[in-house]
Amino acid sequence: MGLTFRNETFRDDFTYTNSPSNIRRFPFPFVEDQYRYSVNIEPHTPGPKGSPFEYHFDVDEHYVSEMRDRAMVLAADPLRCQALPHMMTAQWDMLELLMTSLARDYPEHFTLHRDGSAWHWINRPLGIDQKFTFLDASTLPYQPMEFIGRQVQGDFSIQDQRDNQLWMDAGIITSQADWSLDFDVGMNFFEWHGPVPLAHEAGVFERALKFLLNLQIGKPVRRLNWTMTINPRLDTSPENYHKWASDRMTVTPENVGKKVHLRVEMQGLFRLPRSNAILFSIRGYLMSFEQIVTVPKWGRRLPRVLASLPPELVEYKSLGRYRDMALAYLAPYDDGAPTSPGGGPD
Amino acid sequence: MTVSTIKSRPIYPGLSPDLNARRNIIVCDKAGAAAVAELFSRAGSAFAERATIILADSLSATETQTLSRDLAPAAVEIQPTLADGIARLRQLLETAPMGLRLYAAGSEPLIGLVVQAGLDFSIDHLSIRTEHRGSLKRRVQCVHCKTFIEDVTTNPVKCTGCGLTLLVRDHYSRRLAAFQGVCIDAEVPGEVPPTEALYL
Repeated sequence: MGLTFRNETFRDDFTYTNSPSNIRRFPFPFVEDQYRYSVNIEPHTPGPKGSPFEYHFDVDEHYVSEMRDRAMVLAADPLRCQALPHMMTAQWDMLELLMTSLARDYPEHFTLHRDGSAWHWINRPLGIDQKFTFLDASTLPYQPMEFIGRQVQGDFSIQDQRDNQLWMDAGIITSQADWSLDFDVGMNFFEWHGPVPLAHEAGVFERALKFLLNLQIGKPVRRLNWTMTINPRLDTSPENYHKWASDRMTVTPENVGKKVHLRVEMQGLFRLPRSNAILFSIRGYLMSFEQIVTVPKWGRRLPRVLASLPPELVEYKSLGRYRDMALAYLAPYDDGAPTSPGGGPD
Repeated sequence: MTVSTIKSRPIYPGLSPDLNARRNIIVCDKAGAAAVAELFSRAGSAFAERATIILADSLSATETQTLSRDLAPAAVEIQPTLADGIARLRQLLETAPMGLRLYAAGSEPLIGLVVQAGLDFSIDHLSIRTEHRGSLKRRVQCVHCKTFIEDVTTNPVKCTGCGLTLLVRDHYSRRLAAFQGVCIDAEVPGEVPPTEALYL
């Protein structure tokens, strides 16, 4: 499929950008002109060829550079990857799902040979060639979740299911939208969503939990979530909040189009076969406003959605410092014409 | 107790006796001891006879005498600090029999550390009977340097580890037995709201 992996950074000089051909495949999250809070879960079935929904785990031009950034985060803060002791079976479930998916969907980049429990994994873009014994963690250089988690874009958490609850008992989280795995590990579904405004009262989490407790093997689901990030920074963790929050003060009317990025998470949920746990993939996409407005439909819709956000969300997503500048920047791209339903470009 | 919209913030329903428990372990501080005395007056002496109380607080000789009398006929062990009390609790849990019920009464840090110890021994947190009494002080973890700050009575509070000024959130981790502290002036260093004594 001719992917050329970009060599770019998500910190310091921030050389990250999307190639022109990558812009239209951005999973623009707003399906209508007004913001509305909803669970918006749909089956994670194959989408159009070339779209980020084509496969369960999307690999794109940012793959190699994102994995380099993850390695830097883990070297500085090993607590970004944690698994409670009872999660080892689920870790292997995750490794199996990711390796078999990638080898099937991207055969030019990944190969998996399996002979009983003797497995051989080849990752060509990252130059990894690993023989190991499935279900024997001593044959891998890291625990299974970390070994494969260092090779797949997006963050991952694993939810144990017991007492009619989901418990976030493992995860590898290095590019999060301001939540701490180290703080949240071991919490249940309502607890780790504790800080989210409005949704608890609307019953969103109760409905979502009920739905997820019944998630079936082989029938994954997905949803889109979003926030905004200043500069294409992956590591917007609370741990480093004191280092990146001041970026918000650097936005000016002149640089807003370059600095402000819409950050979309494609979240996938997969029932795991041995552990009965749920794998939660949080695959992030970043695009600057100046790239978003190159798609006329998105340039019209984004200012309409931004203007309709309830104040609680503006605060929760910390948009207050620069929202007016963003709206002023976007205003010329909204010519008042109607937009077509759905998030995709026309 | 503060009512919070954040669902991770624990709720303490108040002590109630498990009359079927073969043994009761109760951890409390001075303020919590009053709740334990009330529990005993509701539950009767047979219940109290099956109870071991770890009273973790610094007490005068008179207080020791009075409280031991108020809490009779339970066996009362005095521990001079909360840390000593929790160490003693862990020792008891090592050899705890089936049919044990765990109780905690007093400050939130005390309850949190009892629940945390219980989790380490596979005791479901919802099975632990809890009552908040006395000080509103909190145990806070700095999300940046991971230092635990004990006996926090103000918001914001200065981290004793890295020196950042932290907003104390209501987001609570049972595993860490702590509320989360996040740098309050990260956007504009020095832009700090006045310190309020919210948790005295």
